[in-house]
Amino acid sequence: MTGASVAAGTRFGFMRELGLIPALVVIVLVGALINNKFLTPINIVNILANTSALALLVLGETLVLIAGKFDLSLESIVGLAPATGLMLVLSSAARGWGIDLPVPVGLVAMLALGALVGAINGTLVVRLRLNAFIVTLAMLIILRGLLLGMTHGETLFEVPDAYLFLGAATVAGLPVSVWLTALCYVAAALFLRYHRLGRALYAIGGNAQAARAAGIRVGRVTIGAYVVAGLLAAVAGLIMCGRVGAVAANQGNGWIFNVFAAAVIGGVSLDGGKGTMLGALTGALLLNVVDNLLTLAQVETFWIQAIYGGIILLALMFSRLTNRAEQV
Amino acid sequence: MNGAVDASGITKRFGQTLALDAVNLRVEPHESHALVGRNGAGKSTLVAVLTGLLRPDAGRIAFDGVPAPPRDDRAAWQRLVACVYQRSTIIGALSVAENLFLNRYPTGRGGAIDWREVRRGARELLDGLEVGIDVDRAAADLSVEERQMVEIARALSFGARFIILDEPTAQLNKAAIDRLFARVRALQAAGVTFLFISHHLEEIYEIARTVTVLRDGHCVRTGPVDAITKADLIAAMTGEDAHAVVAAPRGDAPREPLVEVRALCGDGFEDVSLTVRVGEVVGIAGIGGSGKTALGETLAGLRRARAGSITLAGDALPSDGDVRARIDAGIGFVPRDRQVQGVVPALSVADNTTMTIWDRLGRFGVIPPGARERSARKMMDAFGIIASSPQAPVESLSGGNQQKVLLARALASDPRLLVLIDPTAGVDVKSKEALLDAVDAARRNGTGVLLVSDDLDDLRACDRVIVLFAGRVTAELAAGWREHDLIAATEGMALV
Repeated sequence: MTGASVAAGTRFGFMRELGLIPALVVIVLVGALINNKFLTPINIVNILANTSALALLVLGETLVLIAGKFDLSLESIVGLAPATGLMLVLSSAARGWGIDLPVPVGLVAMLALGALVGAINGTLVVRLRLNAFIVTLAMLIILRGLLLGMTHGETLFEVPDAYLFLGAATVAGLPVSVWLTALCYVAAALFLRYHRLGRALYAIGGNAQAARAAGIRVGRVTIGAYVVAGLLAAVAGLIMCGRVGAVAANQGNGWIFNVFAAAVIGGVSLDGGKGTMLGALTGALLLNVVDNLLTLAQVETFWIQAIYGGIILLALMFSRLTNRAEQV
Repeated sequence: MNGAVDASGITKRFGQTLALDAVNLRVEPHESHALVGRNGAGKSTLVAVLTGLLRPDAGRIAFDGVPAPPRDDRAAWQRLVACVYQRSTIIGALSVAENLFLNRYPTGRGGAIDWREVRRGARELLDGLEVGIDVDRAAADLSVEERQMVEIARALSFGARFIILDEPTAQLNKAAIDRLFARVRALQAAGVTFLFISHHLEEIYEIARTVTVLRDGHCVRTGPVDAITKADLIAAMTGEDAHAVVAAPRGDAPREPLVEVRALCGDGFEDVSLTVRVGEVVGIAGIGGSGKTALGETLAGLRRARAGSITLAGDALPSDGDVRARIDAGIGFVPRDRQVQGVVPALSVADNTTMTIWDRLGRFGVIPPGARERSARKMMDAFGIIASSPQAPVESLSGGNQQKVLLARALASDPRLLVLIDPTAGVDVKSKEALLDAVDAARRNGTGVLLVSDDLDDLRACDRVIVLFAGRVTAELAAGWREHDLIAATEGMALV
């Protein structure tokens, strides 16, 4: 499942495609050695379940990054979309808006909101030629503010069962969210390799002017990437809602750092035109495995962030050495 | 008496290419000296040597009889000579005053910049040239004319008394050109010497006293402008023997019109009408700024037309810029600069060659496994593209092979009209032949070709050449034209 990588097809290219997998294996082995709870089925399912929401965000961000753009606002959709979906169906007593819409309408509205935010971001960036970093930063702040204003900073506890399904239900021993995420990754990897729009993302990120001169509708395709990213962020929000059984007013806060870390560690170029789904997925997995290990090792909570950041830096340097290709 | 500049025996080699071969140039003090030559004659290299940016392999330069300073002493060079390039060296985000004193701001106590003094100094410099430009304006807002004056003022403030103007009139209208020339004459009277590089030969007769002609790195002629006729000047630029080489008319019967362009107006061209027939190659020639590139890009859908119409095989095409729609209508396109608009460097040869036909390789936009590679392999064979495999990134290919990839991509959609812009720019001789052969093969299959170029070999492959000057069609030459006539037409000069 290679993307458009530089030397796909050659033996060396294949090694490069493996990217982070050796690093992931090493960390898992180390983890198994230092903690006997690490390599147990329960813990592995736990890691996968923890990864699924983040991984969907990383997937969306990777599509936008391959097209040579940015989206910082994804993390705010993770909170705002499910909160909106809930408040449309909840009564005033349950801190909803009291308009008591049917649950399916709430779910659809939730997904539509994610796609709409993506469409707004994409349109501002593409049609008005605004800087993607600033546009989506502003959007991030706006959406966070909206969530706080809507909920008055309080957590929504009364969650209908339908909202819990993705994050809480299991099929064949694994949470539905894990199956869904896996499916999305396979679909995206095939799409990037075997669909004209997937190839167009690489062409646009690699040289937008050339893509335009070759008849690719650069604007539409780029906006499309933003829409898909926003939609996936809404799904990630729903997964979190199911896992926690509630939507807190700060849901998703700070995720965007991990999203970018995972993408970049996974070999996705911030300059556009380069990146694979395998890379994005292993990047997300690596972060969660490390997180899990730190928790299991009972590292003092106050120190976890610093250690986590250090490990991200190390992983970056490591992947730079193995990849040789430029990361950033 | 010493010349303002005395360059003798200047030789500069780039790898295999001899860019300058023992060139001598003497510019008398207080005169305007014109330097002319076709693209690639060595003018830019000579300017780089004269301004100290390039060290010549051999030869000596002296200013006012004093040998030129060592190359790394930029400050010393700046006190002697300056060049006002076509491309601005002004920083748009800074004010005019800041640009004039960049990196040498007058400072007050404690080393802080004395802004009052910066503005006063800037005003003084511009007043000295009788240029009324507000020194607090952002440099980005300056017109081309104003920008040139700021650059000249800056050069003079360094103490330079020898100024090179590189195609200063290319982007100016007639009134601005007259003002520029008046200022040049005034400065000359005040003791400044100019070296004037221009493609517009008419202007040389207006402003210069002496002219030097470069051809293929040699100084082929130098003397007072009064003593050289226009015809002689062009002959010197092209080389006498070049007259013998003419394009042979193809002699096939005229066929039905394929593309009709009527009164088309767009970015930098006005009221262009032309016809391309089935199986005909029509050349579009012109110097930089003639509007020829924009015309090609407008036909290909990269730019929007402001007025006028384009019909392809009887169907009117919409005037908006939409390359996809043009490809679907049957227009193939090789863009101007392969690095900028052509290839996606990191993507494979397979991706780059099939980019225009991804939607045709399978249903619903799906590209079946192997389809790209098979299609690319066919094109690699047909066009002689040398690459290790279809998966090789296109950036690993030579320039000539990249250009073949672009031509293959343009022809992949089976176009009825092929729009080529500088299709052989910067490629080796063999690739050039292969590219022109491929164009000819397409022509024989009935494709109409619009070939925008200033390369004589490209234009010789055309049935007709239409010449643009300052955005308008000024001449049409049937195959069999003499190089002489073509150059006279592109330089905007009436020979007769």
